[in-house]
Amino acid sequence: MIKEKINQDSSVGVVKTQSFTFESLKLESGEKFGPVTLAYETYGTLNQEKSNAILIVHALSGDAHAAGVHEHEDNAGWWDAFIGPGKAMDTEKYFVICSNILGGCKGSTGPASINPKTSKPYALDFPLVTVGDIVNAQKRLIDHLGIEKLLAVVGGSMGGQQVLSWLVNYSHNLCAAVPIATTIKHSPQQIAFNEVGRQSIMADTHWKSGNYYDGPFPLKGLAVARMIGHITYMSDSSMADKFGRQKKGSAEPFKFTADFEVEGYLRYRGDNFVKRFDANSYLYITKAMDNFDASGGRRFEDILQGTKVKVLVISFKSDWLYPAYQSKEIVKACKLAGVETTYCEIDSTYGHDAFLLEVEEESHLIKHFLKKVFYAYEVTGDYGA
Amino acid sequence: MITERKDIQLDHRVISDLIESKSTVLDLGCGSGDLLHLLIKEKKIRGQGIEIDDQAIYKCVAKGLNVFHGDIDSGLAEFSDKSFDYVVLNQSMQQILHVDKVLTDALRVGKKVIVGFPNFAYYKSRLQMFFQGRSPVTASLPYQWYETPNLHFLSISDFKEYCRKKKINIQRSVCIGQKYKVLWLPNLFAQVGIFLILK
Repeated sequence: MIKEKINQDSSVGVVKTQSFTFESLKLESGEKFGPVTLAYETYGTLNQEKSNAILIVHALSGDAHAAGVHEHEDNAGWWDAFIGPGKAMDTEKYFVICSNILGGCKGSTGPASINPKTSKPYALDFPLVTVGDIVNAQKRLIDHLGIEKLLAVVGGSMGGQQVLSWLVNYSHNLCAAVPIATTIKHSPQQIAFNEVGRQSIMADTHWKSGNYYDGPFPLKGLAVARMIGHITYMSDSSMADKFGRQKKGSAEPFKFTADFEVEGYLRYRGDNFVKRFDANSYLYITKAMDNFDASGGRRFEDILQGTKVKVLVISFKSDWLYPAYQSKEIVKACKLAGVETTYCEIDSTYGHDAFLLEVEEESHLIKHFLKKVFYAYEVTGDYGA
Repeated sequence: MITERKDIQLDHRVISDLIESKSTVLDLGCGSGDLLHLLIKEKKIRGQGIEIDDQAIYKCVAKGLNVFHGDIDSGLAEFSDKSFDYVVLNQSMQQILHVDKVLTDALRVGKKVIVGFPNFAYYKSRLQMFFQGRSPVTASLPYQWYETPNLHFLSISDFKEYCRKKKINIQRSVCIGQKYKVLWLPNLFAQVGIFLILK
């Protein structure tokens, strides 16, 4: 066990989501799309040299609220254990930015946003965005904040895909990249799970080809999609630990009620998710994940050749959705390209969820890695360092 | 914190003396990263470690080192030819399953290779074998037979013979005891052999 304790109680306190709107974005498909709004939050202070900015990129269902609490609310941000004074992303040293992705539904432009041409929600008129488009939009935000070079981009799962996209497309604008529990490209198994989620949404009669914004909403379909997702985020052993074959207490009249704890948990997760997530966003984002290929059909090591970015790759032993072999492929390409890289497969039983839950080990790795990068940066004072 | 050079492990000092400054070094089985850390401080090298134990990796990362989590047997194949000036196997060679394959690959990946291993023919080992009829337990081979991570037991002479057979060029060899270099009858009196080899 790591002896050094990370202070997990310290919080960035009350935070506010902000937004940035720009006129248009040229999508990878060639189409021009706009206006684009990105919701974002920042924690800590940007130093005078603007050399301490870290961009956090979120996963499929994440949002801009990564740390702290909103006024009059109790729920801490989705990566609060990692961001704050003394934590892995130490807000006393670093300026941390997190934005909701393009295509999302938590304040950034997505299929639920109003199309200025029709004054109605875009629904399926929203363009098929890619991870590259999502990252290009983030780059605009970073430019807007006056940051030429990020200290690091950090993210897990789909966030990790964005990290790789930053590494490929903007290597001159970052010192370090931390892709966690992610992949250069989805395997057929990953695409398959996403497709079942999409089919579940589209099979809901309320989906109506995406035109449901007047209600009722395709809540059942989205809930089932989320239930499938949750199964893939856990592991056999984490489910056994959490639920066992425990049955829920009350004898209910219907034959197929949620008898087992695990059934109740999945239903609860599904039902909660629909309150905060848009079904069309789920379709668009999972499609962007499936279409993503950081290597663009080339050899990934050829793309990384010559990059000065330092890389920390993290995977988790029990993660079967983004198995360690996929992280090792990233590492292999880094090896062949001669990129300064550290790789660790953290011993965890949490499955894919581990990237949100393995606070101690993951924090230790990220914290020391960032320190090294930041220190070298200050010593050389060289933008190419 | 300033560490006096005499406080540094002798094998680490010897290896540091063998390495040219500002070179690139791959340390196979780098453990907690003490050697790489020393080489960075003393020789301004660019270092990369490979280590199987995750707790050791956390220590490496705390030292600011670059390290890959993985086993040596499979970790080398992915490097291009001559991508490092030195590949180091210090106290790890005897624990590798396929030594011959790894050494061949190390000589491909590194321009030079440094190996350091415990000498099984050290006189105290011989005495224990001869008089007690027991598997030796010494300072450089500190394990009981049932808990040793070592898979291979070799002597300094064994290694020289191996190099001769495989046409590997021994550029330097330094044999050491606990505190001093051993110049006379190293296969009998040295506890550790350190070789700088190339193909």
